[in-house]
Amino acid sequence: MALTGLQIYKLLPQTNCKECGFPTCLAFAMKLAQKGTELANCPYVSDEAKASLDAASAPPIRLVAIGAGERAFEVGNEVVLFRHEKTFYHQPGLVVRVKADDPKIVELTARMVSSYAVERVGMSLRLDGIAIEDSGGGAAAFAAAVAVARSAAPGLPLVLMSTDPAAVGAALDEAGADRPLVHAATAANWQAMAELAKKHSCPLAVRAESGDLTALADLAAQVQDAGVDDIVLDPGTSDPAGMLAAFTQLRRLALKKNYRPLGFPIIAFVGAGSAEEQAAMAAEAITKYAGVIVLDGFEPALIYALMTLRQNVYTDPQKPIQMEPKLYEVGAPTASSPLLITTNFSLTYFTVSGEIEASGVPVWLLVADADGMSVLTAWAAGKFDAEKIAKTVTASGLGGKLKHHKLVLPGYVAGLSGEVEEELAGWEILVGPREAVEIPNYLKSVWKAD
Amino acid sequence: MTELEIPVEKWSGAVRLVTLGATGDGGTRTSTVTVGGETTLPFLHFEGQIPNAPVVAAEVVDMHPADWSPALLEALGDDTRDPAAWARKMVGLGADLISLKLRSTHPDQGDRSAADAVATVKSVLAAVGVPLIVYGPGVVDKDNEVLVAVADATKGERLALATCEDKNYRTIVAAALGNGHLIVAQTPIDVNLAKQLNILISDMGLSLDRMLMDPTTGAVGYGVEYTYSVMERLRLAALMGDGMTQQPMICSVGEESWRQKESRVADGVPESWGEYATRAVVWEVTTATALLHAGADILVVRHPRSIAQVQRSIAALMKGV
Repeated sequence: MALTGLQIYKLLPQTNCKECGFPTCLAFAMKLAQKGTELANCPYVSDEAKASLDAASAPPIRLVAIGAGERAFEVGNEVVLFRHEKTFYHQPGLVVRVKADDPKIVELTARMVSSYAVERVGMSLRLDGIAIEDSGGGAAAFAAAVAVARSAAPGLPLVLMSTDPAAVGAALDEAGADRPLVHAATAANWQAMAELAKKHSCPLAVRAESGDLTALADLAAQVQDAGVDDIVLDPGTSDPAGMLAAFTQLRRLALKKNYRPLGFPIIAFVGAGSAEEQAAMAAEAITKYAGVIVLDGFEPALIYALMTLRQNVYTDPQKPIQMEPKLYEVGAPTASSPLLITTNFSLTYFTVSGEIEASGVPVWLLVADADGMSVLTAWAAGKFDAEKIAKTVTASGLGGKLKHHKLVLPGYVAGLSGEVEEELAGWEILVGPREAVEIPNYLKSVWKAD
Repeated sequence: MTELEIPVEKWSGAVRLVTLGATGDGGTRTSTVTVGGETTLPFLHFEGQIPNAPVVAAEVVDMHPADWSPALLEALGDDTRDPAAWARKMVGLGADLISLKLRSTHPDQGDRSAADAVATVKSVLAAVGVPLIVYGPGVVDKDNEVLVAVADATKGERLALATCEDKNYRTIVAAALGNGHLIVAQTPIDVNLAKQLNILISDMGLSLDRMLMDPTTGAVGYGVEYTYSVMERLRLAALMGDGMTQQPMICSVGEESWRQKESRVADGVPESWGEYATRAVVWEVTTATALLHAGADILVVRHPRSIAQVQRSIAALMKGV
């Protein structure tokens, strides 16, 4: 947590030597608190003061990287309890668990997880890793399964799930350079696990039982003292109520108390339920503070919904994703192609353009500047009214390009058609469907150029 | 190490208690549903009281909804042709209450009369013992006409009449006032608009324990984050003592979720979307769960599997310390 100017001042030499460029140590401290200068500008600061200032400027939840290379992901470094207070920064990694006992299944799962991708509002959403769970077949079998996953899915981050230091050691000899997350150090094995994590510079999860945060803090402090910096917390809760309580308390301790031993990202396990049971657990984990979420299998229908929720929750509330307002060509429209208008909220744009593409009918899609709001919201806020629509059409210069002078309004603003017709002399205003999913049918069976 | 001190917020406010349905004084329900009363954020049992669990309302429509997703129609079977049978089925599946949409009174959906609507509501009241939320067709004039007739004909039942919006609340509020019903106040995803409408409605004399608020629902992938954050802000304001944000919140999860392509279209979509029937149910459950954690008190859902899962989640989340 950031220190105030006065707290910083107490750590400075207080000699007012001016060598930092400020008239007094207090002025320098004030500027430092606002991050307007650097501590290095003070030539006389003691090592002790430097250490405490460095510690104080560290984020309350450590940023931890899992994996190496292009597909590595970072979690932690969150600063708020509620996304509206600022934003959530590092979306939780979604990881699929597979048991180590059947190499064929490990290989298949690793391939599917690695290649899975889904498009949404112009972004390609992917899974973040695979968790290999030791099924008790011994160190060699576990290491072999990890090797199979690595070769089937090169570069895909790994979680090594075992409490047996021999198995983890063998797996790390195989994959240690990839910075896998080791899960987990417990009260029983933490010394050996910490040693392995330190040796291979890997992040290490510490696990307590049944949400015992005091034990979790002890464990985290012990592995940190043993030289492990990148820690992930597992409070050992497997039910929705326990998970919510533990995760909320961890987030509050880190952000409100700046409690260092628990200032790390959290790992959640959704358990082995039906798709909808896993969906409910994972949705809780996404909204309520998980940094890594382990799913129990590769189920695209579930994964797609969770990735979408994750993208939604981790969108900066101050910056909705917007499209550039302009004329878009979907397909290769000609002078007789339909003209549709919509707003510049990215989701609206991608939903509408996706349906147009699917219809196979080339279309001029005019995107109005509505401050990144959807059609209904923009209309309610006065950002998508008859005047705005008329201006957008006029500015597009389409009047001279098209054989027809017909504009299709979104069905939700059907009520504007009369006004738009008045504003746009010589244009015929048509009302399209309310929902984008009905656009193909509209284009194919309702719309006529003449 | 010594025991950790868990940070606990000292909230000064609480969500208002609202009871739907009545068993006497004109009410014919066999049970009532009370929501609200929370003195902490959703399911934080270590911090405050959650005297009433959130509840699940099943959506029933007064005409066979032929345009609904095939996955839904298949799961609901033939009962969708009779609202009373449909409502009975959903109560059998565990719904805490029924949300009845009078869609056939919409001018474009058959334009059935207010008298027809009254008959439908009475048939559903006769078929089930749980409380009802009754939605008009969503067209201002017809909403007024239909909901007033329903309110008059069901005096004392403590129905929740939906929806009151800023341009259209006076008639419906008056009908609720005169007949001992509740109302649902709906505003478009905005904290201040929600407060303002609550103020306008309570200024008409409707007591605050007869008002639910609907912050307007967005489904996963279709604006759920806006609903989520507005609900969190409303709930935080309620707990901080702002009296005009303390109404229990109701969310139209089913309607929004099943409207989306992900839930409607089985073929010709990317393979990465996964198996259709699972995806559609998961979409509804995921939307419901996110909003549950933002403070929803009543979730209106459609699919039998969603009802079962949301009920399971609520039961698990209510298992306090």
